[in-house]
Amino acid sequence: MPSTLDRDDDILQAAQQWHQSGRGVALATVVETWGSAPRPAGSSLVINDEGVFLGSVSGGCVEGAVVTEALEVISSGTPKLLEFGVADETAWQVGLSCGGTIRVFVEKVGAP
Amino acid sequence: MKLEILQALNAERAARRPAVVITELASGAQRLLTADQIDGDPLAAEVHKLLRMGKSATIEAEGRKWFIHVHAPTAKMVIIGAVHISQVLAPLARTLGYDVTIVDPRTAFASAERFPGVPLIADWPDVALPPLQVDRYTAFVALTHDPKIDDGALLHALAQNCFYIGALGSKKTHAKRLDRLSAQGASAADLAKIHAPIGLAIGAVSPAEIAVSIMAEITAQLRLPQPLPS
Repeated sequence: MPSTLDRDDDILQAAQQWHQSGRGVALATVVETWGSAPRPAGSSLVINDEGVFLGSVSGGCVEGAVVTEALEVISSGTPKLLEFGVADETAWQVGLSCGGTIRVFVEKVGAP
Repeated sequence: MKLEILQALNAERAARRPAVVITELASGAQRLLTADQIDGDPLAAEVHKLLRMGKSATIEAEGRKWFIHVHAPTAKMVIIGAVHISQVLAPLARTLGYDVTIVDPRTAFASAERFPGVPLIADWPDVALPPLQVDRYTAFVALTHDPKIDDGALLHALAQNCFYIGALGSKKTHAKRLDRLSAQGASAADLAKIHAPIGLAIGAVSPAEIAVSIMAEITAQLRLPQPLPS
């Protein structure tokens, strides 16, 4: 069932299941927003080492870039703090069309 | 995120208990707080505030940035009355992310044909409600108009401290209801928590419009800052 109230439920379950089935898994979570960001702090995305993902951190604007970074986090194990917004020099590629700015924390599941 | 934290967090969520994960953003260091561990945490005041609002946020404390991720249980909705309004309200609430259950002892109303895909319990509230684990993350809506069905259900909702309780009926009907519930021992403070006449005043006429006004009132109760309980 689609849920806009609390879809992170399924995401965290998926993170655990994917990890238990032996996949490399990362979680990306919106930790800060400024201006009119599409999804609030706490929204998250789970990504596995095949690039499959569930959830959203922006409603589609920057997920592609987050997945790329997440694959790196899965292989390195080191968390990253990403920032996306119109002030980014990459704004034309992966900026938020709504004019907001978001910070996304990306971490590996099962990190020591 | 450590696997132990993820597993413990998922266990708390499955049990419908609130939990909080605090991350120090520079280092990635994390800790999980279950509801009974919050008071002992250095960030307890901020955590309590965010938990009340059901919001996650990054805060600054001790010269560092901390992300406080609030995991409040998924909201539930319990509807007493498999009536016309419920036929719209149930799918609407599901679209908004609520787990919906309808209770109505009248089997002619509580039929799967009228409510495709919605869990229905064709029994009296005193039997149907206890297993549903109505809690403070539940929106409770009484729509039968029948005191025999609604009254006991409303007392149950008050005892379980639902974040929203609404009851269908005019001001006059509601005044009589308050008299009855008061005679059954409900306090004035409790009775004041019942939203009646139910729904935001948007001039709703049709059952579908009334469902929208109810859903809007519940959303306002969930999302707008509420005065703190004294």
